[in-house]
Amino acid sequence: MTSVGASAPLADAVVTEGVRKVFHGGLVAVDHLDLAIHRGEVFGLLGPNGSGKTTTIRMLCGLLTPTAGRASVVGHDVALEPELIRAKIGYMSQRYGLYDDLTVYENLRFYATVYGLHGKARTERLEKHMEEIGLTALRSQLAGTLSGGWKQRLALACATAHEPEMLFLDEPTAGVDPAARRAFWTSIYELAAHGTTILVTTHYMDEAERCQRLAFLSRGHLIGLGTVKEILEHFKQPTIEDVFIELQKRDEGAAA
Amino acid sequence: MSLVTQFRESRFWPMLWKEFIQMRRDRLTFLMMTGLPAVQLVLFGYAIQTDVRHLKTVVLDESRTAESRALVNVMVNTGSFDLVGAVSDRAQLRDAIESGVASAALVIPPDYERNIKRGRTAEAQIIVDAADPQSSSSAIAGAQLAALARGATIISERSRTAPPIDMRVRPWYNPEQRSAVFIVPGVIGILLTITMILITSTAIVRERERGTLEQLIVTPISKPSLMLGKLVPFVLVGYVQMTVVMGLGKLIFRIPTVGSFALLYLLTIPFIVASLGVGLLISTVARNQVQAMQFSFFFMLPNILLSGYIFPRVAMPLPAQWLGLLLPLTYYLNILRGILLKGVGIAQLWRPTLALSVFATLILLISVRRFSKTIE
Ligand SMILES: Nc1ncnc2c1ncn2[C@@H]1O[C@H](COP(=O)(O)OP(=O)(O)OP(=O)(O)O)[C@@H](O)[C@H]1O
Ligand SMILES: [Mg+2]
Repeated sequence: MTSVGASAPLADAVVTEGVRKVFHGGLVAVDHLDLAIHRGEVFGLLGPNGSGKTTTIRMLCGLLTPTAGRASVVGHDVALEPELIRAKIGYMSQRYGLYDDLTVYENLRFYATVYGLHGKARTERLEKHMEEIGLTALRSQLAGTLSGGWKQRLALACATAHEPEMLFLDEPTAGVDPAARRAFWTSIYELAAHGTTILVTTHYMDEAERCQRLAFLSRGHLIGLGTVKEILEHFKQPTIEDVFIELQKRDEGAAA
Repeated sequence: MSLVTQFRESRFWPMLWKEFIQMRRDRLTFLMMTGLPAVQLVLFGYAIQTDVRHLKTVVLDESRTAESRALVNVMVNTGSFDLVGAVSDRAQLRDAIESGVASAALVIPPDYERNIKRGRTAEAQIIVDAADPQSSSSAIAGAQLAALARGATIISERSRTAPPIDMRVRPWYNPEQRSAVFIVPGVIGILLTITMILITSTAIVRERERGTLEQLIVTPISKPSLMLGKLVPFVLVGYVQMTVVMGLGKLIFRIPTVGSFALLYLLTIPFIVASLGVGLLISTVARNQVQAMQFSFFFMLPNILLSGYIFPRVAMPLPAQWLGLLLPLTYYLNILRGILLKGVGIAQLWRPTLALSVFATLILLISVRRFSKTIE
């Protein structure tokens, strides 16, 4: 078991031990979560609606405090050093978090500055960034008037302008056409190639199969973990989609 | 890192920058800054006339003498009555009042001059459309004033001595007794309350609704920077509004501005902070922008009624007066009217200032704590 804490900078990017989240009203959204995500990994978090994926990510980003258990992200404990974590991670939420009434460039500039980029360094970084993502031509367009695919790219650009060590993507490709999805995954692999650790949730099984390792959540429990190959072998299913359905059936059976 | 760099690279600046861009593009905010002051000013400045003057009056002069004409003159000079015509009998008089051509009528009986000449009490009559109690009380006051004035003149003419007592009323600060002078400084207070609370609460709720607040919280921006960056632009909006209202008030309503502007702008700070605090508090309770607006307007109502904005607080029942003491606007109105109309300084205003500062500190502490909790 990897140790949790700030003492091991090269330890896994994410380590959780017995993490649990109970909301007001007693709903247990996440329970007994033990996870380790290696540095530089593209890690997929799968599970049906309401299984606790977003809650998990929000706890790791410091948006929610775990009710019990310990978690560390990029070497820092989420409960003790949330500020240190914030500077080193990027987060793209299910809702993108863009300002509709700011232009593409203004959104980028705002988030880059909030992450501590200034002056010439910022301008150069943003120009390069927009070029890579193909946003240069749209720089003066209001974010609210962008199509879904471009919004998604802009959100990714905003979340990565400060070159974070770790990136959390919550259903980044929901409602986006296949071409945009493919382009998006190309960007994700580029980021991973540069050493960024990526945690991504998705409901698309073809995307799940692109991840190096997967975790299955159901009703807040971790019910499967491993590489795509391991998972297919272990559960003796032809595709990840079959595993998904099979696991959910089992878990619901256990609950009943 | 040096202090200068720290200041320059503070995460407060991008927040401020973003707020200003958004404000520039948001029509509602722009309207609130410019249109709302103008509309409020004209609405309240013109429409709220608590002083009823220039009642349209017809005269039924059955005496037709020098004395009766002198009485009519005196009546008109009180400023409470405007002559719109003469009628020749009671039926016409009734007609004039019923049709609304006049709301008062002066009746001088045939024996009016004769009675004066013989040293008897001469009678005259004022008939008022008292459906509106404010106009009737104004008419009564005006009529009594006229009778006293004319009576005193007649007596001193008769005895060829000066009148024994000459009581002169000197209305300070608002010598013409115009209600606009009383209302317009209040418009500043009421506008600041509406705008600060409404803009603040809706702007924050909007960030929460759109998910940008969540996005902000995962960035390294500190909570003080976040809140300051969010609130400081509204302080400026408040000052712009205040300046617009004062300018228009001076231009349109000839509002006197005798006190120190520097002091007024300074003492406005605790009031703005208090209002922003209330707005912040509302944003922690409201689930969406519509709710935020509803809460804001709900908070406005007691402010309009109980703060002394329109209705004088001394005329209220005690419990209403006590409730009024819980509203920051009550204190701010004292400051506004004190400085603008009376030109008083901090020595006379330390009580409302202290009360406002205490209120501002408390409400800000509570709302910041609640706000921090809602964003965990
Ligand atoms: N702030 C909250 N208060 C109370 N309950 C919540 C809150 N946020 C989430 N929940 C509940 O916790 C459970 C897990 O929700 P979560 O959003 O983590 O699921 P998810 O796996 O992300 O689902 P989806 O695929 O629909 O995005 C759900 O039952 C949800 O209703
Ligand atoms: Mg989710």
